[in-house]
Amino acid sequence: MRVGIPRSLLYYKYLPFWKTFLTGLGLEVETSPLTNKKILSAGVKVAENELCVPVKAFYGHCMSLRDRGVDALFVPRVVSVEERAYTCPKFLGLPDMIGAVADNLSLPPLLTPKLNQREKPSEFKWQLINFAREQFGLGLLDAVAALESAKVAQRRYEESLVAGRRPLDLLPASKLNRARWRAPVKGRPKRIGLLGHPYNIYDGYITQNLIARLEETGVELIVPEMTDHHVLMEAATDVPKQLYWSYEKEIMGAINHWTGNRLVDGVIYVLAFACGPDSLIQVLIEHRARQHRVPLMSLTVDEHSGEAGLVTRIEAFIDMLTRKSAISAA
Amino acid sequence: MRPVSEIKVTTPHLGNLHLLLDDLFDRLGVEYIKPPPSSTKTLQIGVKHSPEFACLPLKINLGNFIQALEQGANTIAMAGGHGPCRFGYYGIVEERILRDLGYDFDFIMLEPFRDGPWAFYRTFAELSTGLSILKLWKILKSSFSKGRAFDQLTWRSLQVRAFEVNRGDTNKALRQAEKILAAARSQEEVAAAAAESMAVINSVEQDPGRDVLKIGIVGEFYLLLEPFSNFDLEEILGNMGVYLERTVWVTDWIAPRRDNKIFGFSKHLLAEKAEPFLSHNVGGEGRETVGSTVLFAERGFDGVIQLLPFGCMPENIATSILPKVQQQHDIPVLTLAFDEQTGRAGMVTRLEAFVDLLQARRGCAPLASLKRAAKPETMPSDGCAGCAVKSASGAACTPGS
Repeated sequence: MRVGIPRSLLYYKYLPFWKTFLTGLGLEVETSPLTNKKILSAGVKVAENELCVPVKAFYGHCMSLRDRGVDALFVPRVVSVEERAYTCPKFLGLPDMIGAVADNLSLPPLLTPKLNQREKPSEFKWQLINFAREQFGLGLLDAVAALESAKVAQRRYEESLVAGRRPLDLLPASKLNRARWRAPVKGRPKRIGLLGHPYNIYDGYITQNLIARLEETGVELIVPEMTDHHVLMEAATDVPKQLYWSYEKEIMGAINHWTGNRLVDGVIYVLAFACGPDSLIQVLIEHRARQHRVPLMSLTVDEHSGEAGLVTRIEAFIDMLTRKSAISAA
Repeated sequence: MRPVSEIKVTTPHLGNLHLLLDDLFDRLGVEYIKPPPSSTKTLQIGVKHSPEFACLPLKINLGNFIQALEQGANTIAMAGGHGPCRFGYYGIVEERILRDLGYDFDFIMLEPFRDGPWAFYRTFAELSTGLSILKLWKILKSSFSKGRAFDQLTWRSLQVRAFEVNRGDTNKALRQAEKILAAARSQEEVAAAAAESMAVINSVEQDPGRDVLKIGIVGEFYLLLEPFSNFDLEEILGNMGVYLERTVWVTDWIAPRRDNKIFGFSKHLLAEKAEPFLSHNVGGEGRETVGSTVLFAERGFDGVIQLLPFGCMPENIATSILPKVQQQHDIPVLTLAFDEQTGRAGMVTRLEAFVDLLQARRGCAPLASLKRAAKPETMPSDGCAGCAVKSASGAACTPGS
């Protein structure tokens, strides 16, 4: 059986885990291609128009996998990845949202294991083991073996991210977002923290090759994934009330960590239009940057974002950073 | 915290909530600065200082707070929560914005009771001297029963308005009834006033023979509860002669039990109804919206209107799923998203079109109150996906895209 994993949303976080796990269940795994115009416009057409652009792209990726003739789509319901927290509500409802259009679009059947660690962190193991046993009739030992090798793959992936490699270097077939070679700039390069959800900043189509464009200007990039997860979570506690969205916690932790330890010269914060959690923590992030006198630019993206506007804003931001250091040096 | 005697507390507006809070703070012996009724001015102030795509309720809340602080309030009380909807984090963001604007105030966040009864009690004890747990319990209980009575009045008015003989009678009666109830203090007085005020509403002259459309209103709680945010949608529909039921009520919402006394159908039942379409809680009222749409369809309602603030996450999930519910249960759903750009006239036009559609589906003559000369030639395509009914004029219904 061939299972399709849409290259969108949590793909950028958990692909090694999912892929290894599904392969361990004896399935053949296929991923959809990189987001492109066709995929995004197909998604925009069927999705509710108020949804954020990555979710719209997700619809498109599901349709693209259907066209590739997969036998099933892997759309897990990721409710919670840690105690006392949720992911985004849209991840909670995703299987049902895709399910609502499945008939009209004649999508293949959905595989929707539920992952919920909100009450008990160890619970997710059993959720996956039961999923493997009930859906594919696997023995307990086989299911545990698949799970364990998936965990090893995921750990290895996260370790390489902390070591400074990009998801794009590690995930298969990522040709976009590679910067063209440029002569190195004189002096210390500016270090910019790139803040945002992996499914936005690494999706070269949604964010118009933002990573490559930034690197072409000769800046050094830092992303949240380069910091150990525990450090991020520790830093994220520096807020008046604990955030209950895990992925926003990572973002909050990153900005707290970067500004608190003076790791960056500036921060670019990428958020999708109509992103619910980001719209609120934006206030806290901007406050934090102001407090620590770190320049911050918020970039809002949606399916209408133009390339020219983005380039102008990046250039202006980097010029501003350069002038700032020139002034403070003088 | 300030000394208790100096506290002037304020809260955001939310439908009937201020009537309940009037009573509660009076019993606690705390000065309550009610923000001026939400208005365009409130919204303007709120929008100016809010993040761009925060949801509409946050923007109006913030406007309420700023107006109340200008009137001398020095303590803000706000409800909390633990997600995944954005509401639980409103307070923190609002406090941050207000502090950045330079206001000086104390901030009290009231977290849900099940988080810990002790913390819940401490929050109130900070506001009031010599408050014992028993006393707090009694105060909450009597204020809550008064709140129930207020909700009951509004609930009844939604039905009476559809049948009233003289337009505006129900509104007058409702205002009068609320005045009677607000004056009641002791438990017995409240019970008597509740009966008396309900009688006032029931005494509105009605035409029981009128053939009325039945519409269920579902969606996000703030939009349903706060008439300012939805341009008095219920009154507009009531004046068109539509019998309404609404799924969210203030006291249902704050009640620890999830049995929805005012609405009449428990959360558990709604979750069950939603199960085939949305099998997991998605925060806010997402699952309830889907469940109540199914329920309204089963109860033979003519249509459902969903209200949501633009970008509301749980409701957007529901909106994505509702087309399937419409198809399977053959019930038209009109989805209206609101933000600071929404205009009243546009909404009224859509409501009229929707009501026309529902009448055509029934195959009955347009309501006299609509004052329409003739039936439209073709049915409005808005929200009638999958409907196979022919309109009375013989034109086939063209299903919406």
